[in-house]
Amino acid sequence: MKQWTALLLLAVITALLTGCGRKTGPNGEVIVYNWGEYIDPDVLVMFEEETGISVIYDEFETNEIMYPKIENGASLYDVVCPSDYMIEKMIQNELLAEINFDHIPNIKNIDSQYLIQSREFDPDNKYSVPFCFGTVGILYNKTMVDSPIDSWDILWDERYKDNILMQDSVRDAFMVALKRLGYSMNSTDETQLQQAKESLIVQKALTQAYVVDQVRDKMIGNEAAIGVIYSGEAIYTKSENNDLEYVIPKEGTNIWIDSWVIPKNAPNKENAEKFINFLCRADIALKNFEYITYSTPNAAARALITDDEIRSNPVAFPDFTQYDNLETYRYLGEDATYQYNALWKEVKSY
Amino acid sequence: MNNRRSKFLAAPYALWAAGFILIPLGMIFYYGFTARKGGFTLDNITAIAEPGNMKALILSLILSLISTIICFILAYPLAWILANMKFGKGSFVIIIFILPMWMNFLLRTLAWQSLLEKNGVINTILSFFHLPALKIINTPYAIVLGMVYNFLPFMVLPIYNALEKIDDNIINAAKDLGANRMQTFSRIIFPLSIPGVISGITMVFVPALTTFVISDLLGGGKILLIGNIIEKEFTQDGNWNSGSGLSFVLMIFIIISMILTAKYDTSKEESAP
Repeated sequence: MKQWTALLLLAVITALLTGCGRKTGPNGEVIVYNWGEYIDPDVLVMFEEETGISVIYDEFETNEIMYPKIENGASLYDVVCPSDYMIEKMIQNELLAEINFDHIPNIKNIDSQYLIQSREFDPDNKYSVPFCFGTVGILYNKTMVDSPIDSWDILWDERYKDNILMQDSVRDAFMVALKRLGYSMNSTDETQLQQAKESLIVQKALTQAYVVDQVRDKMIGNEAAIGVIYSGEAIYTKSENNDLEYVIPKEGTNIWIDSWVIPKNAPNKENAEKFINFLCRADIALKNFEYITYSTPNAAARALITDDEIRSNPVAFPDFTQYDNLETYRYLGEDATYQYNALWKEVKSY
Repeated sequence: MNNRRSKFLAAPYALWAAGFILIPLGMIFYYGFTARKGGFTLDNITAIAEPGNMKALILSLILSLISTIICFILAYPLAWILANMKFGKGSFVIIIFILPMWMNFLLRTLAWQSLLEKNGVINTILSFFHLPALKIINTPYAIVLGMVYNFLPFMVLPIYNALEKIDDNIINAAKDLGANRMQTFSRIIFPLSIPGVISGITMVFVPALTTFVISDLLGGGKILLIGNIIEKEFTQDGNWNSGSGLSFVLMIFIIISMILTAKYDTSKEESAP
């Protein structure tokens, strides 16, 4: 492909710089590509000790940074942890290998509702194993708002001008606007998207800032009354500032799922499956959950949580059947993605 | 012999330049003129004319120009004072002045964020004295403040160097020949410090024009500069071609600004007797 040569060059340079001194375990190696801060480092050590497979671990910041590396095949990975819509894109572009579930008996630990939800992007559950999931909702400060919040409308409320924190990402921002207008968050309808864009422009005047990870710290520090946030951060923020409350708005929201997949060109496919199976073990999944605090789809691990308040916490483990308007991001194709980006740029530069 | 040896000594840098300057530049050039689906195109370059991109570019030019002017106004007198200090004292003050630069640039900008925030340090102090709150966070003012704070040393140091090198005898000669203080400054000192001023301007203007961290942290993501747009093309949109095209346009603007300042520089030198 076109980006191939350039990346190959970079790969050669990196290989020259990092290649020396690599020690392979007696049973080979597994090359893992995961989100930053998304695994308990002890888990990797335990895996190496138990299986004799050495782990080469690499991190990415966004799905979009990860994707070209897999597409170009310049650096080979055995197991990657992208999000829902990106998995769909990778399936469509034939970058993923089917997982042999005979090698992953621990899949039985995964609660079936997450596998069913996964079918939105992986229709036959052939390519992915859910690792973490969550919702996107509103985090609000009880002392700074008049009444309990249950709707995205609050983000357009003039009374909270300069007290609102929005997510600085295309899909999440448009999800909020589209859901509020009663549309699907996977809409590609031109008029619906224009309407969403217009409402986001209106909202920009009320927004204090567009942020990503900083929502957490700003809400804890009482900088704003209302913020859009991932549920995985909600439990942590509440433990730091008891006035904070997380809610899934009644218009519905996004359920995101990050899952393990195996690229087609993975050099150590069997080790990758061993790695996934290891992470699906109840005690390992629990250890990981306690470290990263993002909700685990592992039912067996959830049963092991000793703190009752967390185990039955509707923020961490919402019952999907209670909602009929939860969706998962779909890959919308190159043209629609481009359209979203262009509209978002219009909002941001307005 | 001597020549050959110096060539040999330059080899490591030549390698470095090839690997980390020429090849990346070539890649930007290549991507900038390639369509996403392959094939030559000018679309990534003309994309600068799109309203959002144009607005960001103009805003970047305005904000970095303002910052450069403010830096110059603050830096010149300071450099003058420092250059006139007795040797030891002056360099001590210089060290004090560049001390913050030993800390990470990101951390210093983050510190400004927590200083300027609604419940930040400055507003807490102001409200303690029942003074009105300072509301510049997430506005262009905060971005200019961040630029001036971060890039001021890059203006002071070259001007200080230029001023320090001016031979006292030249100034004394001017005074002997009847020039008053104003004339000495405008006819002798300032023209001789122009090279320092030029490199100061370049060293402030260029990073200010391309920054995306300062505008992100102090602008609350509500103000898009051209640097932010390019950054988003790579990290969020996964569109390397468009990002490279815009970077290429930005480089052209930087080259133009350098040519303009350099031209000013030589014409001054020629007119100076």
